[in-house]
Amino acid sequence: MQRHLISAADLTRDDAVLILDTAEEMARVADRPIKKLPTLRGRTVVNLFFEDSTRTRISFEAAEKRLSADVINFSAKGSSVSKGESLKDTAQTLEAMGVDAVVIRHGASGAPYRLATSGWIDAAVINAGDGTHQHPTQALLDAFTMRRRLVGRDAGLGRDLAGKRVTLVGDVLHSRVARSNVDLLHTLGAEVTLVAPPTLIPVGVESWPCEVSYDLDSTLPKCDAVMMLRVQRERMNAAFFPTEREYSRRYGLDGERMARLPEHAIVMHPGPMVRGMEITAEVADSDRCTVVEQVANGVSIRMAVLYLLLGGNEPAAAPIRTEEK
Amino acid sequence: MDTHAHLSASDARPVLEGPDIARVLTRIAHEIVERAKGADDVVLLGIPTRGVFLAQRLAAKLEQITDRAIPVGSLDITMYRDDLRMHPPRALARTEIPGDGLDGKLVVLVDDVLFSGRTIRAALDALNDLGRPRAVQLAVLVDRGHRELPIRADYVGKNLPTSLRETVKVQLAEEDGRDTVLLGVKPADQ
Repeated sequence: MQRHLISAADLTRDDAVLILDTAEEMARVADRPIKKLPTLRGRTVVNLFFEDSTRTRISFEAAEKRLSADVINFSAKGSSVSKGESLKDTAQTLEAMGVDAVVIRHGASGAPYRLATSGWIDAAVINAGDGTHQHPTQALLDAFTMRRRLVGRDAGLGRDLAGKRVTLVGDVLHSRVARSNVDLLHTLGAEVTLVAPPTLIPVGVESWPCEVSYDLDSTLPKCDAVMMLRVQRERMNAAFFPTEREYSRRYGLDGERMARLPEHAIVMHPGPMVRGMEITAEVADSDRCTVVEQVANGVSIRMAVLYLLLGGNEPAAAPIRTEEK
Repeated sequence: MDTHAHLSASDARPVLEGPDIARVLTRIAHEIVERAKGADDVVLLGIPTRGVFLAQRLAAKLEQITDRAIPVGSLDITMYRDDLRMHPPRALARTEIPGDGLDGKLVVLVDDVLFSGRTIRAALDALNDLGRPRAVQLAVLVDRGHRELPIRADYVGKNLPTSLRETVKVQLAEEDGRDTVLLGVKPADQ
């Protein structure tokens, strides 16, 4: 594994499977009376959030605390950033404090990459979402959820998602979740189909390792997992579709559409959901919807990533040799 | 493992073979029953990888002797090691605590080789987070000496005086296809 986690595309198949397998063991810590491991004792992790986030920040914080790391939370509001400090100066301040890892969420695509490669800072950089670029831990937790549901908890150990058909529906253009998922799912051997109105499909999508369709109804009967993406109104400065009603009629998932999915198929959503827009309450509250499970799995995945990047004297290599006595 | 395989072919010699290992485990099972006065509250926890198989074999023998189901589980100590910062992170193994938990039980830790004692120290730390046993005991197949911590085993399959230049390798049918304990010599460059 590399020293930083910037993009899901940087992970090899073996890296990704190692992270998923490690997360499976981490998940069991949540069932214990004492949900804490001493592994990152004495390591300092900064959560550097330039953009609003609830679940990702809390999820990282829970993961860091369960591994006994010292956690420093930083949000742009109420910090020197609102006084005009640059990313470089913020980074050098953190470096001077001696942090071991930086978890960064930034509105600008490429900010984590800049932080990791600029030489401003020596710490490991973990991308918690940058602009419309990447959100690798989200893709990992989605893959983890799919492997658990479609392959099995113990049966899935050591295995990838070969042959599984995954459909991503909605605002692909603005979605870092979609980009990360396409990269990781392809690495893990799954077949990905994007479904969206033509205006919400990014330019250059033909070079992505996936299929593209404009028709949700014809795709549904042949998928193992369907992931609904949130329509990101805060990033939309133009009219991408005529009305919200038309969007949800053509691309929203309601009970009737869900019935067309194969029996075993699951419905996923990275959250936050806009009920009535891309997903109806009936679907969101059904047993097939894994939204809450994805949140729980997020903590396990982030524990695994933190352990594999920070737990030793260098990042983990996959597969790992066992040492003799 | 591969580096070891070609080494063991020529240099390593077996000190325990399959039937010896079976006899040794039978003796340890009897010792556990004797010391625990019936093994009513015994829980066996194997330390992965080979300790788990030894714990399962011991449990089977204990069940034969006592006619009672013996809870058996596994305890992965990777996250509690004191040398984590000296190597790349290792893959994790499974921790499986039997349904009734550990509180008030007599926990017998089972491992293949007792060497520096650091693994057992880590196991004691891990146990601390999982419950409060009545007592903790340690069973090992081979004690090769060279302790670095004040730890000793309660049940020892074989005491094997070794030098630090020697290696001890336990192979079990479940993992390696055969039962044997090999004593070898480390290559000079390591």
